Amino acid sequence: MISAVLVVTRRNIVQSAIFLITALLATAGIFLQLHAEFLFIVQVILYAGGIMVLFVFVIMLINLDVSLHQVQFNRQWWLGLVLALALGAQLTVAIAVGRSGLPLGEPVPATMLEPSTELVGKVLFGEYMLPFEIASILLLVAMIGAVVMAKKKV
Amino acid sequence: MHLLLHFVISYWVPLVCAVVIVAVLPLVAGYIVLMERKVMADMQARLGPMRVGPHGLLQPIADAVKLLLKEDIIPDEADKAIFWVAPLVSVTAGMLAMSPLAIGPWFQIADLNIGLLFIVGISALGIFGIVLGGWSSNSHYSLLGALRSAAQLVSYETAAGMAIVGALLLAGTLSTREIIGAQNDYGVWFVFAAPVGFFIYVVASIAETNRAPFDLPEAESELVAGYMTEYSGFRWALYFLAEYTNMVVVASIATTLFLGGWLRPFAGTRAFDFLNYLPSALLLGVAGYCFYRAPKQPVKIQQMVLAAVGALILLVAIILGAPLVAPAGSMIANLKAGLHGAFWFLLKVGLYIYLFMWLRFTFPRYRFDQLMRLGWQFLIPLSIVNVMGIGLALVLHRQFGWSHWTAFPLTTILTLGVAGLLGAAGEKQEKAHAVVGEEV
Amino acid sequence: MIPTSHYLFLSLGLFTVGVIGVVTRRNVIIILMSIELMLNAVNINLVAFSRLVGSAEGHAFAIFIITDAAAEAAVGLGIIIAFFRNRETLLGDEMDLLKW
Repeated sequence: MISAVLVVTRRNIVQSAIFLITALLATAGIFLQLHAEFLFIVQVILYAGGIMVLFVFVIMLINLDVSLHQVQFNRQWWLGLVLALALGAQLTVAIAVGRSGLPLGEPVPATMLEPSTELVGKVLFGEYMLPFEIASILLLVAMIGAVVMAKKKV
Repeated sequence: MHLLLHFVISYWVPLVCAVVIVAVLPLVAGYIVLMERKVMADMQARLGPMRVGPHGLLQPIADAVKLLLKEDIIPDEADKAIFWVAPLVSVTAGMLAMSPLAIGPWFQIADLNIGLLFIVGISALGIFGIVLGGWSSNSHYSLLGALRSAAQLVSYETAAGMAIVGALLLAGTLSTREIIGAQNDYGVWFVFAAPVGFFIYVVASIAETNRAPFDLPEAESELVAGYMTEYSGFRWALYFLAEYTNMVVVASIATTLFLGGWLRPFAGTRAFDFLNYLPSALLLGVAGYCFYRAPKQPVKIQQMVLAAVGALILLVAIILGAPLVAPAGSMIANLKAGLHGAFWFLLKVGLYIYLFMWLRFTFPRYRFDQLMRLGWQFLIPLSIVNVMGIGLALVLHRQFGWSHWTAFPLTTILTLGVAGLLGAAGEKQEKAHAVVGEEV
Repeated sequence: MIPTSHYLFLSLGLFTVGVIGVVTRRNVIIILMSIELMLNAVNINLVAFSRLVGSAEGHAFAIFIITDAAAEAAVGLGIIIAFFRNRETLLGDEMDLLKW
């Protein structure tokens, strides 16, 4: 949470990126706490180890010295802040009020769970096979798009 | 306080293992450096470090002391916080990756459900140490070296991961302990069932650890040690330690997954039980050699040190041999599994690292674009075909009832055929590029 | 045992911080990073509920979201690089080619 706040407030982009990495690792830790081991490691490999490397590459290839002295926040930052906090407050009230109303029973005891990897594998290759295939096509399209975007001469 | 005591008592085995690994790893890394210099010297027909300690055996300690005493230079314009943190990230990632490894049946910090994937993921985090180090040095050469190195690591990480997946199909589990158990059940190490996967993993792991012939990012003639240029003294030693720790981790993954972990060769068959005596025999031989050479050392102190080393090795040989001659069922005999397992594991890791060094001093360096082409256009398609091949072999074995001995060699031959095709296509492309270069 | 609502509040907090980041900052790379924060918040939510129910469908959906985020980050960064080559600026305010 702290690292998340630091992400959006730092002036130096590299520091922002580093705090995003720590925020992602913290999220991975929360997954581990929720007995989702496979998701923990997938988060570490893909998000922290892949996407953030991409971000850091781009940040380092683009000249930063100018941006350090620019104004960091929008001209309408107060409006944005107010609206975002209003959204947050609304959702907080929604959760707090509905907390007692929803049938949030006791979570399943941890010892009764199968290993998360097997469970996820069964679900992914069983019921959600079609979204799985579509996700792979999406990745292919994204790869081609990114390569075309970043080429010097198309 | 009470909670801490409770924690220590219930988790004392992993704690002891963790402390041993963290304490011993820098020393081991130093001795791997010495081994490398000796092997390099041997392949170049010279002797290597001989001065410090008998046959140069105390050289790593001298190196460590020197590095600790060097001046700590921080570049002026560098981002101090990141400069300080970058080597730590590399070393931490390397050491964390050692935790799911099962060095012997009893020596493991954490038997994770997802052990192998955890190691792969944490090695991916080690890339950050390199990139941040290059960035914070505030010098063009460091940044270029760091980005090149990171690009290389990311490219070969995919190939290594797919090679691991190929062998995982055979193992059926991600936990390191159970993978070795699966190899025991099969009766044959996975390197014989998936040799193409092993080859891909060897190549990818050499690239993953920035070793030659893929060591362009840190080559001395190219980029003046690349991302490590601005680091001096102990910070540089940390990066160095991280690199050699990565080498040990990668060798350990290969040993666990392909070479049978802590299993003796032919672990299942009783006919080869004489191999049980191999550890003690080997070490006795080494101890004997130490005692033989001891009187010939020029200086008295070196004679004594070499004799002491010989005595130490003799002691280890006796410890390894004792469970074999003790009456069965006694406490000493029960130590056999743990000790011998650890010995075989370390022997295989050592052989794999020797293979790294052998390759380093044999092949010339790859140019960066050749390196990237090899990774993306040869290894990744080959590893995907490897996964498909092993899947095919498993289906043939399980559903159609083909025996092991026909299914796996068949798919290996098919995969090799694809490898040949890819190689030929790559060469044609390389020639085309070369011709274009000449015309321009 | 940590009650599920705590995880919900955490994910809400992360999401709000992400929204603030997107709406308030000028630098587009930071905007992209805030979007990643929001996606992570949603993931925490999904996994918390999946843990409550005991099935792995939340996990699978979270994996799809991570995959999606990777694709979107790649394409987004590609666009930023292409734009940067043209205009030499990284600020959202100055990317006004579509303005009349």
